[in-house]
Amino acid sequence: MAGEFGKPEIVEEEVDILLIGGGMGACGAAYEIGPWLDEAKKQGIDLKVKLVDKAAMDRSGAVAQGLSAINTYLGEQDPADYARMVSNDLMGITRDDLAYDLGRHVDDSVHLFEEWGLPIWKQPGDEGKALVDGGKPVRSGKWQIMINGESYKWIVAEAAKKALGTDRIQERVFIVKLVNDKNDSNRIAGAIGFSVREHKVFVYKFKACLLVAGGCVNIFRPRSVGEGTGRAWYPVWNAGSTYAMAAEAGAELTMMENRFVPARFKDGYGPVGAWFLLFKAKAVNAFGEVYMDTNKELLNDYPPYGQAAVPASCLRNHLMMKEMREGRGPIYMDTVSALGKLAETMTPKEIKHLEAEAWEDFLDMCIGQAGVWAGENIEPEKKNSELMPTEPYLLGSHSGCCGIWVSGPTDVGAPTAEEHADAGKIPSHLPSGWNWGYRSMTTVKGLFTAADGVGASGHKFSSGSHAEGRLAAKAMVQFCMDNKDHQPELADSVADLVDEIYRPVRNFLESKDYTTAIDVNPNYITPKMLQFRLQKVMDEYVAGVSTMYQTNAKMMEVAEMKLEMLKEDALKMRAKDLHELLRAWENYHRILTAEAHMKHIQFREESRYPGFYYRMDYNFVDETNWKCFVNSIYDKTTKTWNCFKRAHVDIVDKSKLFK
Amino acid sequence: MPTFVRTDKCDGCKGQDKTACMYICPHDLMKLDQDGSDTGHAMKAYNQEPEQCWECYSCVKICPQQAIECRHYADVVPMGASVQPLRGTDSIMWTIKFRNGNMKRFKFPIRTTSEGSIDPYGNKPAADIAKIGEAGFFTLGGVQKAGNPSELIRK
Repeated sequence: MAGEFGKPEIVEEEVDILLIGGGMGACGAAYEIGPWLDEAKKQGIDLKVKLVDKAAMDRSGAVAQGLSAINTYLGEQDPADYARMVSNDLMGITRDDLAYDLGRHVDDSVHLFEEWGLPIWKQPGDEGKALVDGGKPVRSGKWQIMINGESYKWIVAEAAKKALGTDRIQERVFIVKLVNDKNDSNRIAGAIGFSVREHKVFVYKFKACLLVAGGCVNIFRPRSVGEGTGRAWYPVWNAGSTYAMAAEAGAELTMMENRFVPARFKDGYGPVGAWFLLFKAKAVNAFGEVYMDTNKELLNDYPPYGQAAVPASCLRNHLMMKEMREGRGPIYMDTVSALGKLAETMTPKEIKHLEAEAWEDFLDMCIGQAGVWAGENIEPEKKNSELMPTEPYLLGSHSGCCGIWVSGPTDVGAPTAEEHADAGKIPSHLPSGWNWGYRSMTTVKGLFTAADGVGASGHKFSSGSHAEGRLAAKAMVQFCMDNKDHQPELADSVADLVDEIYRPVRNFLESKDYTTAIDVNPNYITPKMLQFRLQKVMDEYVAGVSTMYQTNAKMMEVAEMKLEMLKEDALKMRAKDLHELLRAWENYHRILTAEAHMKHIQFREESRYPGFYYRMDYNFVDETNWKCFVNSIYDKTTKTWNCFKRAHVDIVDKSKLFK
Repeated sequence: MPTFVRTDKCDGCKGQDKTACMYICPHDLMKLDQDGSDTGHAMKAYNQEPEQCWECYSCVKICPQQAIECRHYADVVPMGASVQPLRGTDSIMWTIKFRNGNMKRFKFPIRTTSEGSIDPYGNKPAADIAKIGEAGFFTLGGVQKAGNPSELIRK
């Protein structure tokens, strides 16, 4: 039966492993899983896999547009050095076991990218020599290598699609809800979503699933509110689906108070890395003063994180914001001096080449910035460009560490017990220690994650996200082999689930003729207006740009009340077509993610990330009481959050950062 | 900077039910107006939610008619400039036109292998099922980079 709007066809499918998402994490999983499935089959265990992406894999996820660098490639460096860098950039509270494990795996993914056809820049003399054969990359920083990355995602997706086979891939289906197991509320059994192209609802039943649906964008009012709303720094289609669906399934979240506020070229949010690292440009205030030098003493307020060779990203913002608050803006990237200085020692041909590299940095990954420069007649050798801290973003793969609490490796000395004063407040059904059987599994049996989904790590970027997807894929095969006789059963009836998914459509069809204006109706709210409401609350009360990233307990009390009402009203969202149904569920995911963010900031009575947010009632870093993870559990029945502490432990020696 | 579709160039991908731009847009923005009831231009595509456009240029690059361009976002950028690519199989050419009329052209490589040529498991080993519970990918049978063991201070 072909479905129609409001009466979708229901497609039920049982698999063993479902991959939710199509970005770098999902592509990594799609690649790694094949040979493990083959071996499982030889043992008589034939596992069925499906990948579901809400977009098209060729251009889905955060790498859709391309990238100009791969930010995580270790080369000769030790994984312990990598784990130390991750830790310091995120103000000391990360899982060394996860970062270390990623560090020792990640380069293999980069070698595959090069084999598949990604052009990677090499040092003079090493052109044409692959990294795996010892070719020396062009580094723009300690961990970063330069690429011609316009087709980065296209290439990685081609390998993933071939590895998995197109019959095991379903594009343009948006999974919006996970379903627990009928016989074990702490186990995952299924997922439900809908096609954005046909009137079909898809219900999947499985033993294990990889939830890799990206980070979260547009929960805060962006600086550009007209057409520029879409010009978010991170991809605008990342709607917090990973965090929201995991939370509703009962998974333990971690460090949801963390956020990333990148300082980027103003309005286009174009990358600054190449300018800082490759061209040695400096950021200056309106009077040409280098605030990283003039405000250096502020770093002493945050020992030891301010004292590392490279201070944490948030602290670099902190030094910039002093200039902005005290009226010495605009802040500029001093491109004129940097290019001028390079010109002193370079030939005009070399300069021209360098200029092309500077433009490629934008054109590979942020074409919008090239548009801003073209529109404003900016030639970087003649005119400096403004920098601006963006609206806040939530993610776990870039310079952020919010996400889901996952099981780590067992061979690096991670704690196996929970020993601290508040350990008794951790809900008793949750695991102790940092590993519980399967790498990358969340605290919900069978639910795995990677990339932006894995919290308390960060700095994985594109290559690390791919590698993390591979780690999870292997572990999922192991999980399914160990649970080969398990029969998943959905805790909710399919009819009830479909009703819930299509509620926005019903809201529309039932009330649309009540008024003459389709968007103004007392019985429903458009997803767009709901998003504006969310952004207004988060911006004004939860440390958005309008308060210069400042909040306090009283402001969050107001936010709490407003978010509760917003969550209630989310049930009244309308969808006039499938496109709007997509937006409705994206925004529902955004609300839950935003609520988690607020609850965690509320619970953590300090300002761990100065420059990203300030709790003005606790405007300090409190190493005695808060050098710990803040984790949480969401109860979907009571719709309430429970935050608690978990102990932080060093697995690698951090004192080496400060020698 | 939302994308826009030129009426003189778009052919609705020759009457197929799905256009290239609809196929590729990561944010489900492109829509084929089959009967012209949305735009007045039947069988042509349009960007149905311009303020949600990330300017990723996926639709611009994939359009077989080069019918899609970007108009830099109106609430921020002065008018008159354009940034337009022509994506081939191994390289991409960019033409940047400034508001003041200046032009810049760049050409960058995009891949070193031909499209569709990837052999994902060619010359790769089988997975060693005995190692499924250990660190390491199937490609290497172990980790890429075993670190200095003395760095792990709790072991």
